[in-house]
Amino acid sequence: MYETKYHRASSADEAVKLADSADDGQFIAGGQTLIPTMKQRLASPSDLVDIRNIDAMKGVNVEGNKVTIGATTTHAEVADAPQLQAVCQGISDLAGHIGDPAVRHMGTIGGSVANNDPAADYPAALLALGAEITTNNRTIAADDFFVGMFETALEDGELITSVSFTVPDKSAYSKFPNPASRYAMAGVFVAKGGDGVRVAVTGAGSDGVFRHSGMEEALDANWSADAVAEADVDEAMMLSDIHGNAAYRANLVKVMAKRAVAAAG
Amino acid sequence: MTTVSMTVNGKEVSADVEDRTLLVDFIRENLKLTGTHVGCDTSQCGACVVHVDGKAVKACTMLANQATGSNVVTIEGLANGGDLHPVQAAFHEHHGLQCGFCTPGMIMTAVDMIERAKANGLKLDEATIRSELEGNICRCTGYHNIVRAIEAAAEQTA
Amino acid sequence: MGVEGIGARVLRKEDQRFITGKGRYTDDFNRPGQLFAVFVRSPHAHALIKSVDISEAKGCEGVAAIYTGEDVAEDGLGGLPCGFAPGGGPQNAPPRPALLKDKVRFVGDMIAVVIAESVALARDAAGKVNVEYDVLPSNTDTGKAMDADTPQLHEEAPNNVVMHWEIGEADPVEAAFAKADHVTSLDIINNRKVPNAMEPRAANAEYDAAADSFTLYTTSQNPHITRLLLAAYVLGISEGKLRVISPDVGGGFGSKIPFYPEEAVVTWACRKVERPVKWTSDRTEAFLSDTHGRDHVTKAELAMDKDGKFLAMRVDTKASLGAYLSTFGMLSSTYLYGTVLSGPYDIPAIHCKVSGVFTNTCPIDAERGAGRPEATYLIERLVETAARETGIGVVEIRKRNFIREFPYQTAVVLQYDIGDYDTTLELALEKADYAGFEARKKKSAANGKLRGVGFSTYIEACGLAPSNIAGAIGAGIGLYESAEIRFNPTGSVSVLTGAQTQGQGHETAFAQVVASKLGIEVDKVDIIHGDTGTVQWGHGTYGSRSLAVGGSAISAACDKVIEKAKKVAAHMMEADAADISFENGEFSVSGTDKTKTIGEVILTAMVPHDYPLTDMEPGLDQRSFYDPANFTYPAGTHICEVEVDPDTGVTEVVRFTAVDDFGNVVNPMIVEGQVHGGVTHGVGQALFEKALYDEDGQMVNASYMDYIIPHADNVPSFDVGYTNTPCTHNPLGVKGCGEAGAIAAPPAVINAITDAIGVRDLDMPATPQKVWDTIQANGTAKAAQ
Repeated sequence: MYETKYHRASSADEAVKLADSADDGQFIAGGQTLIPTMKQRLASPSDLVDIRNIDAMKGVNVEGNKVTIGATTTHAEVADAPQLQAVCQGISDLAGHIGDPAVRHMGTIGGSVANNDPAADYPAALLALGAEITTNNRTIAADDFFVGMFETALEDGELITSVSFTVPDKSAYSKFPNPASRYAMAGVFVAKGGDGVRVAVTGAGSDGVFRHSGMEEALDANWSADAVAEADVDEAMMLSDIHGNAAYRANLVKVMAKRAVAAAG
Repeated sequence: MTTVSMTVNGKEVSADVEDRTLLVDFIRENLKLTGTHVGCDTSQCGACVVHVDGKAVKACTMLANQATGSNVVTIEGLANGGDLHPVQAAFHEHHGLQCGFCTPGMIMTAVDMIERAKANGLKLDEATIRSELEGNICRCTGYHNIVRAIEAAAEQTA
Repeated sequence: MGVEGIGARVLRKEDQRFITGKGRYTDDFNRPGQLFAVFVRSPHAHALIKSVDISEAKGCEGVAAIYTGEDVAEDGLGGLPCGFAPGGGPQNAPPRPALLKDKVRFVGDMIAVVIAESVALARDAAGKVNVEYDVLPSNTDTGKAMDADTPQLHEEAPNNVVMHWEIGEADPVEAAFAKADHVTSLDIINNRKVPNAMEPRAANAEYDAAADSFTLYTTSQNPHITRLLLAAYVLGISEGKLRVISPDVGGGFGSKIPFYPEEAVVTWACRKVERPVKWTSDRTEAFLSDTHGRDHVTKAELAMDKDGKFLAMRVDTKASLGAYLSTFGMLSSTYLYGTVLSGPYDIPAIHCKVSGVFTNTCPIDAERGAGRPEATYLIERLVETAARETGIGVVEIRKRNFIREFPYQTAVVLQYDIGDYDTTLELALEKADYAGFEARKKKSAANGKLRGVGFSTYIEACGLAPSNIAGAIGAGIGLYESAEIRFNPTGSVSVLTGAQTQGQGHETAFAQVVASKLGIEVDKVDIIHGDTGTVQWGHGTYGSRSLAVGGSAISAACDKVIEKAKKVAAHMMEADAADISFENGEFSVSGTDKTKTIGEVILTAMVPHDYPLTDMEPGLDQRSFYDPANFTYPAGTHICEVEVDPDTGVTEVVRFTAVDDFGNVVNPMIVEGQVHGGVTHGVGQALFEKALYDEDGQMVNASYMDYIIPHADNVPSFDVGYTNTPCTHNPLGVKGCGEAGAIAAPPAVINAITDAIGVRDLDMPATPQKVWDTIQANGTAKAAQ
């Protein structure tokens, strides 16, 4: 790791100011991706602004049919929140299977969403749930937020403060973990809500998380695992690496989608 | 350089370190508590697991600075004087270790696992224990006796 | 803890320090004033070094020194020697300097060392060492190494050939194949595996100018051998001027046998910088530079008569040795491989040819099993495939060919002293509920899963090794083991052993041997090892040898103690030594009720106030060097059941039964732990593990992000059982257990998967993608039948 300068912020405003005043400032929440990246010397922020201790950005709130999750809420806190389990088991299950228990104690939803790793789990959930991402100065729809692999609509120095979504009628996430890293090799989140069915795929796409309109249409017409089986998954859109080629990943997307639909009931 | 200060195994500690110092390096190099180990660079082996504010975390994936003000427990702080923690005793009784290198992290993970299961009213069956050990690698035991040790300790502390 | 001797489930004495965080591994040691080393490694698989510019790096904060291959050459530092050469001398053994100055041959090869006040500062500066390369074409494919258009690694090794080696008689084999009724043939790749001890390698060296001597703390399975090679071959100093200490070692699995260039460099450099120098590997460095194992490309054929009786076996192997010859690199593809090709079967004629080749990869050395897994894999794949092809059945074909008369002279040099393969097979069938397999298969099918069962009936040659044989086959050392027993006046005892533990529980198992022999409580027996400054010359731990050879040395030393103690007891009880018997720690005079305890005898011998000083020296200390008469031959049956998910290609090992004949068992708890761990290594090789090099020679899975290592949820609980035919030629009747699982499991797993999905050929590792592809190619309908 290259040397860096550590700051701890006590409010979102302070965090943004600290990052602004740095040469190459970077927010750090749980740091479960950022620190390993820095250890490999693949990232070298001049300054780190720690937002983990900003209480106002933490917590799971369910009001009516609206769920709001503070950006620094850890995966473990999301997974274990009973009020969330009661209304959206899909995202609770997803959070409970990110990384391992120790990673879940540190890693946060805001960090995961901001990083938009193509194999991360949360982007699939937020996209499928039609969530909104709130930052220190605006609110962005998930459809507009996830731009591509490791790319989001965030501006430099913009800080995610929370994410929110409307409770779906049904939802589930099914993941095929990479046998080595345990990141998603194909993760499919299905959600059925007032605006119809949304299906988002992570881990498999060659340009990061994406929605699968074919499956959405099929499931709109017929909410069943069999309906997904008929959908076409384009191999040309799939990642190919040492763990799985595009054909295999395309197959996994279908299998995970079927399993997610079955799990959603 | 920054002054970091925290409570480790019940003692107030503080030192001036480079900002890039990892918690595990602070523990090993500054505090000379060498029971916490480093077995990989990618947060996967779990040899470095310690408890920060009551939760298992990977000390190789946390800056010492992030732990300032926290209460840290390492493997050295687990036993109560001469009395082993029930999980330590179970690893001994069930031969849940061979070379011992992954053992501190395994034990710290197991303690956290058992405490969370207890708090949530969950029973730790074999499949759950194996799944909960996702972040800890052992190359010696084939996990068989680690699972037996955790089952026994969970049973005992239930 | 009482007198709990051989056969008792004694909890481990060494656990206390490990479970409380008090273990002391090499990286836990810090010497006053120490500096930290970081190595500059080649990012290219094959390149000429055009220039090394250290000027910028030298000016970095905290840098004490930077040394390059030029410095190593100028100081006349010796190259790393090869400790084993089959057939009386390697045909082509190029030099291996500790730091390279002209050419690099694999990604991770070392060019320079940066020594600084902290690891972070050393790494900062290492990034500023500018090396200019002229990149050359490279080859990491073992099968292509000898091809005419393949890049050449070493001038000394034309066509990249290190050696051509063979064992067995070719003519009888050809004759048998000519008359065979059935021939089964397989093309097999034995995948390159990375040992992955959880403790990364480390070395910390310091120089004492007053004594003109070095101390090296290092992660070694055999500190005396490291001392020999480093002192005599590299530094050119007397061995007495170098003390090598291997404290607690966090797993080895073969990767800590070899003597490494990092050990040479830190020891050489600590005198130059006049401060201790410490190096600790990170995990990616470990993947790139810890010796790898396996990497064979083989054609194997088995000839049978119409009744399924084996007539002959023919094996042709290309074995990668990596980019350089590691210390014992050639052993795993020669004498630890070809000699066990008969397995537990009566095969009248066997011929095996091996070509050892250089590739642009990390050097190969022993990896848990070392040669015997490669042999067992091809034998058991051939046998199971032959059984399926002929319809004889996988159990029946084994029964028709098991060796039943001992001693048995194989066609490949070794002579088995004893075994009973039928009994282990029968017990395994019972424990695995083989009879109930079809019902379980139906149940799996109802859940959409394909269930299969696979066998492995293996033997291995362990307890390395008779020194005369070691010498005859090309080892540069003897392979006896040493023990010294030292008594304290109050009855406790220190046992110094030349074996070295990396987690095998020697401190407990060896104490049990002493407890049994001398009747001294286990907790009064301290086992001391791993320090050349304290312990007499010894050979370390590998090849499942510690108990069979090191334990036998302890036993033999105990016998010498008893012999002398009887004389002391005779004096104490005013009897003739010939009338003294010794049992359970008590000496008695036959025909009387006179007795003396071992404690009383020890005290008398050590405080000889009333003692026959004119006839005998005081004290009871004894030493033994035990050289085994033969290898030991553990054997067993492992049965694996898998469920394959045809939708994803994921294989789950749902049941694994291991029944082993390890001879007498000293501590069943420890032995079972060794089996669990060994089998998990084998499952890892079968399902997950392979060092992957891309076209440019980059290792593309050099971290746990990409190299699949078994986790807790990848293996089941194991069902372990024993049979026992005690070894006939060592005093304990033991055979060794550390490698059995890694040797036996891979073919059992692959046989199970091929059974489940209905195919003949499937290379390891059977990753989800590979299994899914295989199912697609062969049709799920067929697989489901």
